[in-house]
Amino acid sequence: MNIGWLTLLLLLPFVGAIATMLVPKAKALTAKQVALGFSLVTLVLTAIVAIGYHRNGAEDYAETHTWIKAFGAHYALGLDGVGIVLVVLTALLTPIVMIASWNDASHGRWSEKSFFAWILGLEALSIGVFSATDVFLFYVLFEATLIPMYFLIGGFGGPQRSYAAVKFLLYSLLGGLLMLASVVGLYVVSAKAGEPSYLLSDLMKLDISQNTERWLFLGFFFAFAVKAPMVPFHTWLPDAAGEATPGTSVLLVGILDKIGTFGMIRFCLGLFPNASEWATPVVLVLALISVLYGALLAIGQTDIKRLIAYTSISHFGFIVMGIFALTSQGLTGSTLYMFNHGLSTAALFLVAGYLISRRGSARIADYGGVEKVAPVLAGTFLFAGLSSLALPGLSPFISEFMVLAGTFSRHKVIAVIAVLGIVLAALYILLMYQRTMTGPVRDGIEKLKDLNAREVLAIAPLVVLIIGLGIFPKPVVDIIKPAVDETMQRVGVTDKAPQIPVTEGQK
Amino acid sequence: MSAMLLPLADFTAPKIEYNELAPLLVVFGAACVGVLVEAFLPRPLRHLVQLAITVVAVVVSGVLTGILMNGKKELLAAQGAISVDGPALFTWLILLALSLISVLLFAERSIDGGLSAFAGQAAAVPGSEAEREGTAARIEHTEIFPLTLFAVGGMMLFAASNDLLVLFVALEVFSLPLYLLCGLARRRRLISQEAAMKYFLLGAFSSAFLLFGIALLYGYAGTMSLGGIADALSSDTGSDTILLAGTGLLGVGLLFKVGGVPFHSWTPDVYQGAPTPVTGFMAACTKIAAFVGLMRVFYVALGGSRWDWAPMMWIIAILTMVVGSIVAITQTDVKRMLAYSSIAHAGFLLTAFVGLAQAGSGVHNGITSTQAVLFYLVSYGFPTIGAFAVVTLVRDAGGEATHLSRWAGLGKKSPLLAGIFAFFLLSFAGIPLTAGFTGKWAVFSAAWTGGAWPLVVVAVLSSLVAAFFYVRVIVLMFFSDLPADAPDVALPGWQTTSAVALGLAATVVLGLVPGPVLDLAARAGEFIR
Repeated sequence: MNIGWLTLLLLLPFVGAIATMLVPKAKALTAKQVALGFSLVTLVLTAIVAIGYHRNGAEDYAETHTWIKAFGAHYALGLDGVGIVLVVLTALLTPIVMIASWNDASHGRWSEKSFFAWILGLEALSIGVFSATDVFLFYVLFEATLIPMYFLIGGFGGPQRSYAAVKFLLYSLLGGLLMLASVVGLYVVSAKAGEPSYLLSDLMKLDISQNTERWLFLGFFFAFAVKAPMVPFHTWLPDAAGEATPGTSVLLVGILDKIGTFGMIRFCLGLFPNASEWATPVVLVLALISVLYGALLAIGQTDIKRLIAYTSISHFGFIVMGIFALTSQGLTGSTLYMFNHGLSTAALFLVAGYLISRRGSARIADYGGVEKVAPVLAGTFLFAGLSSLALPGLSPFISEFMVLAGTFSRHKVIAVIAVLGIVLAALYILLMYQRTMTGPVRDGIEKLKDLNAREVLAIAPLVVLIIGLGIFPKPVVDIIKPAVDETMQRVGVTDKAPQIPVTEGQK
Repeated sequence: MSAMLLPLADFTAPKIEYNELAPLLVVFGAACVGVLVEAFLPRPLRHLVQLAITVVAVVVSGVLTGILMNGKKELLAAQGAISVDGPALFTWLILLALSLISVLLFAERSIDGGLSAFAGQAAAVPGSEAEREGTAARIEHTEIFPLTLFAVGGMMLFAASNDLLVLFVALEVFSLPLYLLCGLARRRRLISQEAAMKYFLLGAFSSAFLLFGIALLYGYAGTMSLGGIADALSSDTGSDTILLAGTGLLGVGLLFKVGGVPFHSWTPDVYQGAPTPVTGFMAACTKIAAFVGLMRVFYVALGGSRWDWAPMMWIIAILTMVVGSIVAITQTDVKRMLAYSSIAHAGFLLTAFVGLAQAGSGVHNGITSTQAVLFYLVSYGFPTIGAFAVVTLVRDAGGEATHLSRWAGLGKKSPLLAGIFAFFLLSFAGIPLTAGFTGKWAVFSAAWTGGAWPLVVVAVLSSLVAAFFYVRVIVLMFFSDLPADAPDVALPGWQTTSAVALGLAATVVLGLVPGPVLDLAARAGEFIR
C-alpha cells in the first residue's frame, strides 16, 4: 500500500527543523532534544521503509505527481537498491552526528538550536536527493543541499570557516550550474521527441544522438566529479572538512559527497549509457589518480581533519573506479563502499573530533601517548582507522575487495596500480596513530579525559555495524544487487565470463 | 459654404477601441486628474488624495486588464497603432502589479522621521536655508504620484505599440517623468541631481539614435507600422544598407533602455543616485517595458531579417552577461551592485530573446522565447523591488547606508531583514526553490531550444560569477562581526512592510509553484502584427 512513505520521510526532518527553531532561545537543551527526537523517529520510519522494500519491492514506494507542467517536471519519488542504501545511511548518521556533536555548536556564530535545525534540513534534502526519480526535482534538491551545508560550515567551524564555506559553495555551484546546462539540454531533447518530461523512466526511452549524449553526460559528470570529489576538482574538500565541526564533516563527506557517486550511477550510467562507456578510460585514470594522489597527500598532512579529508578523496577514487569499471561486481562493490565509507569515515571523524575538542588543536604534532591517558579513546580511534584502511573482517574490506576484483576483470593495469592505494592507506592511518597515540605523553595531554558515556553511545552503533557487515554483508548486498543488474543491463555490458571455466570436478 | 465643408466630408473619425484601451486610458486619465489635484487641492490633503487616486487607478486598470485577458480577443487597436495582444496584456498586468508595490514605497513616510524619500522642495538649493525651512514645514512633492502614473502609462503603451512613432512617443512619455523622479532624492541631493542629469542627457542621446533608426526604417519600408515593415522585408524591395543601419540604430535606442552592454553605462550611476524607491521602480518596470518593446519590434517588424541581427545580438547578450556579472564583483555600494546585477539579468533575458524559439516556427513543442522572457520578467521584478525596499530600511544619520561595508553583521542586528535580503539575493543568483531559478531555467531552455546552446554555457558560467558577489553580501551580513557604529534598521511602515512581503511571497511562490504563471505566459502566445 502506498501512503506516501517517502514524502513522509522527507517531511519529517523538515518539520523537525522548524520545530527546533521554534523552541525559545533560552531552552537550548529542549531544542536539541526535539531535534534528536525527530531524527530518531525518521530513523525508525526509514527502517520500516527499508524492511518493507526488502519484502515487497519498490512499487509500494513510488510517487508521481505533476509539478510544473510547462517544464515537464514532476514531484516523483521512488527507491531502488542504491537509493535505499543511501537513505538508510542518511537516517542513520544524522542522530549519531547529533549525539556526538551535542556540545560542539555552543561556540558557534549562532545559537545551538540553529545548528541542529540545519542538520535536520540537510537530512530532509538528502533523503529527497536519494529518492528523486525526476531529473528536475533531483537538480533542485541537489542544489538546495548546498544552503544548509554552507551555513553549517560557515556558522560553526574553525577560524577560516567563512573562506571554507564560500569555497565549498562556489565549487559546488560551478558543477551545479554546468549540470543545469545539461538539464536544460535534456529538456530540449525531450521536448523535441514529443511531450517534455523529466521523469527518469521517460528520459531513459529517449534516443539521444551521439554527440548530444556526450555533451550532456559531461555536464552531469562534471557536477558529480566536483561533488564526489575527484582530483583535480577536490581542493575544496580539505578546506571545508578541516574547518567545519567534526559532525558537519561527517555529514559532508559521509552523505553529501555520496550524492556525487550516487548521481554517477543513477544519472550518468542510467541516462547516458553509451557516453559513459565512451568516457570510461579517462574516468578510470582520473579515479586512479584520486586514489593515489589522495593517499599520498594524506600521508603528508599535519592536521588530523585534513588528513581524514584526503583519505576520503582516495576512497572516492575507489568508488568511482568501481562504478566505471562497468562490471556488476565493481558496481555492487562501489555501492556497498558508499555505505561502508559513510560508517568508517563517520567513526574516524567523530573520534578525531573527540580528541581535538579535548586538546583544542587539530595538529598531529600536538599529540603523543594518548593511549596511555585515554585508552578507550585511543582504542576507538584505532578501530576507526583500521576500518578506514579496510582491514579484513571489517566491512570496508569487502567493498574495497569487490571494487578491485570487479575492476581487475576488465581493466587489469588500473586495478593492479590501484592496489597500491591499500598500502598507502595502511601508511597514512598507522602513521597518524603512531604519532598521536603512542610514544611518550606530550605536554598538555596528561589530563586528557577518556570518552564519556554520550560519546561512546554515538560511536557504538557504528562499531557494531562495521563489524557486523564485515562478517555478514549479505543483507545489504541483496538489496543492492537487483538495482545494479538493472543498471548494467541499461549500459548494455555483461560481465566477462571467467577465463577458467568451472569444471564438473570443482563443482 | 458647402465647398468649404467638403474636405470634412472626406474625413472619417478614426476608430478607437475604447474597451480594449481602457486600462491605458484609466492610467493616463488618473494622471491628469492628479495634476489637477496638485493645482486645486490644499497641501495637507494632497498626499492622501494622490495616493488614493494612484492606487485606485492602478488597481482598476489591472482589473480591466484581467477582464480583457479572460475574454481574449487579440486585435490591433487605434487604427493599428497599438496592439492589444496576449504579451501586451500580460506585460500590462505585471507592470501594474509592480507599480502598485512601487507606489506603496513612494508613499512610505515612517522610516525617515515622518518624511518621504523625496525632496521637499526640488527647487531649493541643496543645503540652503530654503531647504531647511521646507523640511521643517513638512513640504513635499506630491507630484511624484501623477508623474509615476504617467510613467506607468507610458510603459504600458511602449510595450503595446505596434507603430514606431507610437513607440517613440511612449518612450518619451515614460522617460521624462523618470528623469524627474531620479532627481528628487531627499538625502544626498547632489548625487541625485547628477544622476538625473546623466540619465536625461544619455537618455536624450539614445532617443536620438532611436529616432534616426525609425527614420531610416521608414525610408526602407515607407511605413512606420511594424506589420508594414515586416511586409516590406518579405517583399525585399528597399535598400539593404538602409535596413541594416536602421535596425542597428533602433537597436541601440532600445538596448539603452534595457541596459544591454555597451549601452549600460548610465545604469549604475542612475540607480545609485535616484531615490531608492524610484530605483526599484526603474529596475523592475523600465526593464519590463523596454524588453517587451525590444522583442516586439525585432520579432514582429524585423523577424524576417533575423539572420542579419541575431549574430550581433548574440555578441551583445554575451557581453551583457559577462560584463554585468564581472564588474559587479568590484562594487562597494549595494545599489550599484544591484544595478550591475540588473545588467547581468538583462543578459540572461537576451539569451532567450536571441534563442528565437517561437511556437510558429515548428521547432518544438516546449517553451517559447516570449513565454520564457515574460516569465523571467515576473520572477525578476518582484525580488528586485523587494530588495530595494530592504535597502531603504538600513539607515544611519546620513540616510540610507548603502556602502557594502556598512552592511557587515546585519544578520546579528536584524536576522529577519538580513534573512529576507539574503533570500532575494539567492533568487537573483538562481538558487533552486526561488523565483530566480525557475526564471533562469525558462530562459535557458528557450535559448537552447532555439539552438543557442553556447549562450547557455556562457550564461551558466556568468551565473557562477554572479553567485559569487551575491554570496559575498550574504557572508558579509551573516559571517562578519557587528561594528560598533553599525547603521540602524528603521522600523518600516505598513507600506514598505507590504512591499517587502509581496516581493517575498512572489519569490517563494514562483519558486515552488511557477506553473500557473508559466501557463499564463504560455497563453499570452506570440506577438501579433
